[in-house]
Amino acid sequence: MISAFILKSLDRNISVCIAVLAAVAFIVPALNLLVSTESIFHIPTYAVSLFGKYLTYALLALALDLVWGFCGILSLGHAAFFALGGYAMGMYLVRQIGSRGVYGNPLLPDFMVFLNWKEMPWYWYGFDHFWFAALMILAIPGLLAFVFGWLAFRSRVTGVYLSIITQAMTYALLLAFFRNEMGFGGNNGLTDFKDLLGFNIQSQGMRASLFAASAIALAIALLISSAIVRSKFGKVLVGLRDAESRTRFLGYRPENYKLVTFTISAMMAGIAGALYVPQVGIINPGEFAPANSIEVVIWTAVGGRGTLIGPIIGATLVNFGKSIFTAQFPEIWLFALGALFVATTLFLPKGIVGSFRQMSRSRTTRKRADTPEHLQVDKVGDKGANLPAESLAAE
Amino acid sequence: MSEIKPKSLLYLDNVSVSFDGFKALNALSFVIAPGELRAIIGPNGAGKTTMMDVITGKTRPDEGAVFFEDNIDLTTRDEADIARLGIGRKFQKPTVFESHTVWDNIELALNRKRGTFATLFYNLSKGDSARIEEILETVRLTARKDELAANLSHGQKQWLEIGMLLAQEPKLLLVDEPVAGMTDAETADTAILLREIAKTRAVVVVEHDMGFIRDLGVRVTCLAEGSVLAEGSLEFVSNDPRVIENYLGR
Ligand SMILES: Nc1ncnc2c1ncn2[C@@H]1O[C@H](COP(=O)(O)OP(=O)(O)OP(=O)(O)O)[C@@H](O)[C@H]1O
Ligand SMILES: [Mg+2]
Repeated sequence: MISAFILKSLDRNISVCIAVLAAVAFIVPALNLLVSTESIFHIPTYAVSLFGKYLTYALLALALDLVWGFCGILSLGHAAFFALGGYAMGMYLVRQIGSRGVYGNPLLPDFMVFLNWKEMPWYWYGFDHFWFAALMILAIPGLLAFVFGWLAFRSRVTGVYLSIITQAMTYALLLAFFRNEMGFGGNNGLTDFKDLLGFNIQSQGMRASLFAASAIALAIALLISSAIVRSKFGKVLVGLRDAESRTRFLGYRPENYKLVTFTISAMMAGIAGALYVPQVGIINPGEFAPANSIEVVIWTAVGGRGTLIGPIIGATLVNFGKSIFTAQFPEIWLFALGALFVATTLFLPKGIVGSFRQMSRSRTTRKRADTPEHLQVDKVGDKGANLPAESLAAE
Repeated sequence: MSEIKPKSLLYLDNVSVSFDGFKALNALSFVIAPGELRAIIGPNGAGKTTMMDVITGKTRPDEGAVFFEDNIDLTTRDEADIARLGIGRKFQKPTVFESHTVWDNIELALNRKRGTFATLFYNLSKGDSARIEEILETVRLTARKDELAANLSHGQKQWLEIGMLLAQEPKLLLVDEPVAGMTDAETADTAILLREIAKTRAVVVVEHDMGFIRDLGVRVTCLAEGSVLAEGSLEFVSNDPRVIENYLGR
């Protein structure tokens, strides 16, 4: 059952993308670790970490695409799930510091010593075990999404109102995590990590491994997402995005479909955050900032909403651009990002991948179209073209 | 209880719905027998669509009873439940899944398990394929099965929606203005199709097109201002002075 489910997901584009990710997962670490630093093929460690970070962003954008592109839920709070996954990983990493902290306290992390706390709060229990942290990386974002979605979808909140409350959710978490009494390091967040699974987190080998793990996680998430959207379940999602009442009167319960998808998506975002934190070395409340969630929407729109591959490309390209830009002209980056978004909306409404697919499709239809009826179909087809997932349905 | 409720497929008694004080349905009562084909006419704003909303669980009545198959109380069920019980509905404005192919539209409508788990691991069986082919044949969309529904003409979308309802295998089909915007030829074909469908299930058709109703040749109910004005053959109803005053004369 499961294998048939996964096999169905593999169309040509997805297979190519997964193959590329798998190849990158091995080649980049190899070029970093095995090729001498003098060679032009050598990839420096800082670049490995930088691109590893882009891969985690790509995973976050993919997660957003599942709910935005396929259910029509414009979540403006997805960075919250990413940050929660990041905090779960950060808590594990903090517990690995042990007595090597500034205060040398073997039992308490530095910030708790600084706050004069005598013992660890209950919700830090278990985070010294990796398996527990790994479980929480999935469970905390998943649980929040489930409760949030259960309340919102059941009361049939949709559209702009839903977007606004997702934004409010991430903002509330931002404020909460800023507070020292919350016990997550307040303003400074969690940092000064030493080890991950017993290996030095700064070591070249660890950096390369984290890169490989990010690429593989992204490939697996892409495989699962593709299987979901190509199943009948995925067709119901697109159906409720287009005509929710129609799905209801056919006997489906849209709220359950949205809830399942939203929860899966939040867990993907959590994994992305957990892989992000060890590569950048810090997690702080800034990750909950509403602007972060909006940036994810921009990456997804630029790459092509409802295409799965588009958001991966969009996240990588935009963040690559951001790295270059912020090094050269930091003060105008936000303007550039805004301009990019406006330009995409105006000139590439289906994003990079969506526009490519449309172009190649209209070329094939033109080849077929010698009867007048077909010509007419082509014209009407442009009207339906602003519905992104049609490209998937057409394949 | 059973005394006041005759053997019926659908039973509405004294149903009222008001929107901000305006009574869209006013003590509406009528009965549909199993297998019956019924036409409903009435001026704009008579409450025809609101009546369908009440039956399908979209709108809750302020008072009154709505029973399906004698004892299933529809006023306590949601839309999905009611659809699964076997009530299908065609909207006034054709509503199909525009970014899905014609085939996928029918596949989604097919009367199979609708839970999230069941659809995630659903595999199209030979039997299901054959059923979809058969429905496509009935609604004459076989040639266009791989095209996006968005590319269909208005009339074809109406037919696709009827096809989706067939796939749902309902016991009762509610059809809201199926021939609005259709050519005369399409209208005549639709009358034949609906009569064919009505052989195996009950159908309630709301329509303004008198020629179409005449083609159907069935019992007619005329609604006005939220309640039944007259009921009987088309000839009988259209000679009723109140119907002429309220509807036909306008
Ligand atoms: N959700 C609503 N809120 C407020 N008023 C409503 C609502 N739905 C329907 N109405 C009003 O109830 C009345 C009955 O509407 P309904 O749509 O049932 O009429 P109809 O018989 O289907 O008319 P038509 O032939 O134009 O389709 C109308 O006056 C309409 O404006
Ligand atoms: Mg109406």
